[in-house]
Amino acid sequence: MSLFQKQPNFNFLAWRWQALTLSLALIIAGVAVLVTRGGLPLGIDFSGGTLVVLEFSGSTSEDTVREALVSVEGEKIVQQYGGVDANQIMVRLPQTGPEVGTSLEDGARAVRTALNESGMTDFEVVSQELVGPVIGQELRQRGIQAFVFAMLGILVYVGFRFRFSFGIGAIVAVAHDIFVTVSMLMFFGYELSLNVVAAMLTITGYSVNDSIVVFDRVRENLRKMRRDRFDELVNTSINQTLARTLITSGTTGFAVFALYIFGGEVLKGFAFTMIVGVISGTYSTIFIAASIAIFITQGRNNRNQSVPLAQKASKVQSKSKRRTRKANAS
Amino acid sequence: MSKNIQWKVLTVIGVTVLSVLALYPPQEKIRLGLDLEGGVHMVLRVQTDDALQVETETAGEQLREQLDLQGIVIASVTATDSTTIRIEGVPQDRDAEFRQTAEDQLSANYDRQTGSPGIYNYVMRAPVESTYRDESVRQALQTIERRVNELGVAEPIVAPYGVGGDQILVQLPGVSDVDRAKEIIRNTALLELKIVEDGPAGSREDLLATRSGVIPPDMEIVSGISDSLNSSASVGTSYYLVRRVAAVTGRDLRNARSSLDEFNQPAVSFSFNRDGARKFGDVTGNNIGRSLAVILDGRVQTAPTIQSRITDEGRITGNFSQQEAADLSLVLRSGALPASLTYLEERTVGPTLGADSIEAGVAASVAGLLAVAIFMLAYYRLSGINAVVAVAMNLLILMGFMAYVDAVLTLPGIAGLILTIGIGVDSNVLIFERIKEELRSEKGVRAAVASGFDRVLLTILDTHVASLIAAAFLFQFGSGPIRGFATTLAIGLISNVFTAMFVSRTIFETLLSRRRVNTLSI
Repeated sequence: MSLFQKQPNFNFLAWRWQALTLSLALIIAGVAVLVTRGGLPLGIDFSGGTLVVLEFSGSTSEDTVREALVSVEGEKIVQQYGGVDANQIMVRLPQTGPEVGTSLEDGARAVRTALNESGMTDFEVVSQELVGPVIGQELRQRGIQAFVFAMLGILVYVGFRFRFSFGIGAIVAVAHDIFVTVSMLMFFGYELSLNVVAAMLTITGYSVNDSIVVFDRVRENLRKMRRDRFDELVNTSINQTLARTLITSGTTGFAVFALYIFGGEVLKGFAFTMIVGVISGTYSTIFIAASIAIFITQGRNNRNQSVPLAQKASKVQSKSKRRTRKANAS
Repeated sequence: MSKNIQWKVLTVIGVTVLSVLALYPPQEKIRLGLDLEGGVHMVLRVQTDDALQVETETAGEQLREQLDLQGIVIASVTATDSTTIRIEGVPQDRDAEFRQTAEDQLSANYDRQTGSPGIYNYVMRAPVESTYRDESVRQALQTIERRVNELGVAEPIVAPYGVGGDQILVQLPGVSDVDRAKEIIRNTALLELKIVEDGPAGSREDLLATRSGVIPPDMEIVSGISDSLNSSASVGTSYYLVRRVAAVTGRDLRNARSSLDEFNQPAVSFSFNRDGARKFGDVTGNNIGRSLAVILDGRVQTAPTIQSRITDEGRITGNFSQQEAADLSLVLRSGALPASLTYLEERTVGPTLGADSIEAGVAASVAGLLAVAIFMLAYYRLSGINAVVAVAMNLLILMGFMAYVDAVLTLPGIAGLILTIGIGVDSNVLIFERIKEELRSEKGVRAAVASGFDRVLLTILDTHVASLIAAAFLFQFGSGPIRGFATTLAIGLISNVFTAMFVSRTIFETLLSRRRVNTLSI
């Protein structure tokens, strides 16, 4: 069976502005949600706080629990957790100030006491997470560091194996995927937890994967079809690898979709992030990674000066964008 | 040619067998993380300032005693903070003598700072301070380890953690009574036996009545719950004036165990080591008729009168339940914590959640594998079987290797397994699409297959290295469950290169070597 009857020949590059617009729209939607919510929704891993998951022997409503916990200090979040018949309620309390002695556990203890006092005694603590501010901050820092270094590592590797402009293209595609993913997370009400950040780091690897396959084909074609224009050659390469790109996204998509459906509540955020990341990764590979590489390369051809490569790439990227915009406008 | 293939087939079978052996039986061989097994994970910070405070106060006390012996009368010796000793009121005429004494006592660890006449400040040296801090963390680690071992938890982890050198990680898999475990770990358990000069009295004022409200410099006031058998006070708080320097401390204990007192109530008996026995004998021998306060963590537990010289055993009585007496002896046996502990992070996973997570993970893996298998068979027809076998083998090798190196499987790690399915399929799709292309250029089946694999090797290596870079940073960033994910992902990536390139190819070559094949079901 074949996805395409003969070699496809879509003109992806012609659509790149529409593609970028769509991406921008998604990102702006996410930013809008971020602004209205007043910041990134951080899980307790990063903001500190208390999270208790309770399982009741009979079905209990969020409101009943909320009423019972009226005496507990702090802005509480009480939500149903897991499937409808799981009878699990999640209670989240904010960080109660700098950790002094036993204050870390006060919240969790208060919740249990309040429930017992209000007569709802048959519950079990399924899981409990208490994160103090010190750890929360450390994790935030480590998370950001991990991203920065991962991006750098990828830039170096791709730049080394292919060309520097490809490296930039790969990084831009990855950054795009991260932004889109964060936007979608916020849009659908997920918060940044350790698992979600881990998924995002995985997406960086995955997105680069896809881009590398295209770049590899470009490299091969450069050897074979030297005389073709660079952007046409890139377009051809994308088309040649299209079947493979779509199928692998599909199959990885199946796998993470199975994770989302069957994998349990704890991994929901992770699975969702992966699904968005896989879709976005495919999209960014086809429309973004290669386009950026073309911008840079064409810009470099147009300038023709002996300026150090790194400087050229960054300067040229902005200049060539302006030039192509002017060219498209006229 | 066929000998070559024979070797390849043998290698594949060999690896499969090894993986199965490493894995069987799965319940024992695979190490589960806390999030799958249930248990508690805690990060504690050692308040090293406490330990420094004790050191500085002790040094100050020793200096005072020495000055007393020499007859130098000073206004006060206090520890103004955890690293500074402040002496005020040094008489002018004995200044030089004082300085000499102070140098003798303190110059090893403290530096003198210039101050106003008659006032001296001694500050702990920076390297000494950091040594003491490290010491206290190490001691705390050892003490916690001893206590955790006594708890009877299987495979606990007590280890230094994080940057800053003062954090300790404690992981207790399978622990059910988390609160009790925390109490035992956190209990400072500082035991001091001090001679009582005055008391018990109902309030501090009563206690100091005969001394015109002034606490003598070598004494201090300690409170405690009054002994209900004590003649004077009813149940409430009592105050004792005790000598500051302890006669014996918890360090002099040889053993502690729960026992019964004369009313058959639970109590804790402790016995002394040689040094301790000697000290205890001296103190009791010289103070017959006085009371000896048994002070635990700064509160008087009981203050019996010394009837005669005792060297061997002591006993703490109080309102203990049996569990409390047992826990207290546990804690005394393990030694006191050099500093108090603060909790920075705690995560508890109940056992049911752990089991549920495993179930969910397995279900997701099977579902993912099935979905992928169906697709591969439908799209690539018979070659799809090849892909499914390769992916299944990849999972097998991955699990086998993890079991072999005792790697921990966490819940995100199971997600990593599922991702590995995706990656495995990815590689096979890459190969198959390439083979299709080669077939289109009419090379003949065997040549097309060989060429397809050869062309694709570099791409596969490149993509896997890029993902490994991401996994490496994940490992750096994460802890616990996420590290498990990074490990699983990394091993899966590496084994995937083997299964996609070597195993897949071997299967193709074996099937194609039998007879002439004109078309490939791909």
